[in-house]
Amino acid sequence: MNRNKNAFVNGIRDGIPIALGYFSVAFSLGIVAKKAGLDPFQGFLSSLLNHASAGEYAEFTVIMANAPYLEMAFVILVTNIRYMLMSCALSQKFHPETSYVHRLFVGFGITDEIFGISIGRSGALNPYYNYGAMAIALPSWSAGTAIGIVAGNILPASAVSALSVALYGMFIAIIIPASKANLAVGGVVSASFLVSFAVSKISLFDRMSDSMKISLLTVIIAAIAAYLFPAKDEDEDHISAESRKDDEGCISADSQKKNEDHIFSESQKEVTGHDA
Amino acid sequence: MTHNIYLYIFVAAAVSCLIRVLPLTLIRGKIRNPFIRSFLYYVPYVTLAVMTFPAIVAAPQVPLAGILALIAGVTAAWKGMNMMGIAALCCVVVFVCEAILL
Repeated sequence: MNRNKNAFVNGIRDGIPIALGYFSVAFSLGIVAKKAGLDPFQGFLSSLLNHASAGEYAEFTVIMANAPYLEMAFVILVTNIRYMLMSCALSQKFHPETSYVHRLFVGFGITDEIFGISIGRSGALNPYYNYGAMAIALPSWSAGTAIGIVAGNILPASAVSALSVALYGMFIAIIIPASKANLAVGGVVSASFLVSFAVSKISLFDRMSDSMKISLLTVIIAAIAAYLFPAKDEDEDHISAESRKDDEGCISADSQKKNEDHIFSESQKEVTGHDA
Repeated sequence: MTHNIYLYIFVAAAVSCLIRVLPLTLIRGKIRNPFIRSFLYYVPYVTLAVMTFPAIVAAPQVPLAGILALIAGVTAAWKGMNMMGIAALCCVVVFVCEAILL
């Protein structure tokens, strides 16, 4: 139980910078929601259920256009398709016996940022880590949207500008250590930077939404990388040896090292409720 | 014909929820196919890298502030700074840079 609690606390800790970034971004989303005719409660509800910046922006555009419900479904499918890739990737981070309930709730809580920090964890993913991050990040996103509808942009431009890079800072914190530890990942990250920059400069892609670009580039680059550098099985485990240690708050570092395998299987038991 | 905003929200929520939940609930256990395994292994890094750059340069009011934040963040991450520290550092770099330039 303690381990789940520690994972939850770690999730909240890593969720704080996400929540701060969300709050400021959600303000501007709230302004768009207001234009589309949503009241603060509707904005709050939309953000709590959808929690996707590009997706919600598209959602409000559909509402503004008074378009058919089917169009809403299609637009959301296209703008949010990257979450499907993230969900596939996360399925490999779970212990195979993780229950449907945990899969459902963790899946519901996938955002770019929460996905990012989950991938940064080593070993099997403890759902309570995600719940901790969700518990602080999602209400912040929703409240930001509602307040944006009520008050417009109450933060000064300089603060919004500074906070706008917080989320990218978190992404950097995930991809750079992984690049340092694994040469293939480093090459793939560098190539992604270059291709993404090139695509942003080519006017041919201007009409494609950012979300589509992200999905398309991800599929192409990851497929090429998988073809050129097949990943070894154990690679996942050294991405960040730090994070697992964090969950072991109650155990000294020495005994933790010795018992690592034992502890690891224990934690899986707790997560899955499965007794060996 | 006017549409109900709650119904719009519900449709959007249902679709995004299905997108997020289906793979996670349908793919149980480890995928054995080496290509798909490798593909999914690289997906997160590619996605995060593509989302970060060049967006980090465009996000602040001054592009130079974004470039400096990127350099500072990458350097700090390379030296092993934690996630919250890196996020805060990037914000501070942008704030200071814009305070000087604007």
